Amino acid sequence: MAHEKTSLYTEFTKGFWKENPVLRMLLGLCPTLAVTSAAINGLSMGLAVVFTLVLSSMIISLVRNLIPREVRIPSFIIVIATFVTVADLSMAAFVPDISKALGPYVPLIVVNCIILGRQEAFASKNSVGRSVIDALGMSLGFTITLTFLGAIRELLGSGTIFSVQIMPNAFEPWMVMILPPGAFLTLGLMIGTANWLTARKGKSA
Amino acid sequence: MNTSTRLIVVLTGIAVISGAILSFFNILTAERIENYKLEQLRQSVAMVMPGTQDYETLTLSGKVFYLGKDAQGSPTGVAFKAVGNGFQSKLEILVGMDLEMKKILALKVLSQMETPGLGTKIETDPTNKEHPGWFMAQFENLNTLNGIRYVKNEVPDQEGEIQAITGATISSKSVVEILNAAISGYREVFLKREVQ
Repeated sequence: MAHEKTSLYTEFTKGFWKENPVLRMLLGLCPTLAVTSAAINGLSMGLAVVFTLVLSSMIISLVRNLIPREVRIPSFIIVIATFVTVADLSMAAFVPDISKALGPYVPLIVVNCIILGRQEAFASKNSVGRSVIDALGMSLGFTITLTFLGAIRELLGSGTIFSVQIMPNAFEPWMVMILPPGAFLTLGLMIGTANWLTARKGKSA
Repeated sequence: MNTSTRLIVVLTGIAVISGAILSFFNILTAERIENYKLEQLRQSVAMVMPGTQDYETLTLSGKVFYLGKDAQGSPTGVAFKAVGNGFQSKLEILVGMDLEMKKILALKVLSQMETPGLGTKIETDPTNKEHPGWFMAQFENLNTLNGIRYVKNEVPDQEGEIQAITGATISSKSVVEILNAAISGYREVFLKREVQ
């Protein structure tokens, strides 16, 4: 298999830039746009995805030879839904304030295409170690992107990052940045920048 | 094993294991989640009826009342949940009132998902740094016998009037309408009980 040839390091880092789920593959945009009104929300959403993706990839890749092709998608969904519910219940019990801020988006990780996508494209075809590395890289790439997006929106929309005042008091917050249009604008600019950087790198190489 | 049996066995197996894991986590977290909700409610109830140390729950004609008590056990007021539609979300407000249900003691927004930066000002207004909760505070000690009304862009000078939030008139109006409907509905039930 082609994947077996790449080094574990490449497998891990591809999620950060080359195959970044949000910026390069444009997957999981619904939670990306919806929860990033503050950096902390982006970070906690990302960490919930790290938890779900790593455990789902581990389990799926462990049982990849037991699951018949015909029922692989329902099986993946059950495994993912189980971990998401575990994450949701644990957050509601141990970090209730964050759980409240994320609202319905944690249960919606079930239908986040990054997770199902990684099971179908990677975990169901690769060894456990590789699948976990891939899942870690992908979900951390997702987390960093969401935190960054949340930080930009929070900085311009509320003048703070992680609730710490950054902007001077005279700064008038741009309300639009914490509203849905701000999410689209910021994400669009981030994807544009990512494409521009990649194109420039391609030219100089 | 033929293919279709295998499919059924595998899917059933996965579902059973998943069910077992979920019930385990449900048992593990249910108590904490329930306690958190009760604690939240207790704090909110104490907040809308100043001086409250403890409360009793009373259900009359399907309406739930929280009767507040201070440290000596004397009543501090009565609280209930007012629920209705805001601009884009369901608003849930805890209302604390005196025992005649004439005057509002204080309000607390329990849940709202209004437009960030506009409708959310009903709960906290970040542009008003000294007093972010000014909108809800307006209702404190408000006489509700003739209903609550809102005014726009002027200082309220009549009894039962509050000022609407600029840019969030619909949210402000919804709060007033929800309160008016809930207060008269709950008052009717609650005062009848006093007569008995």
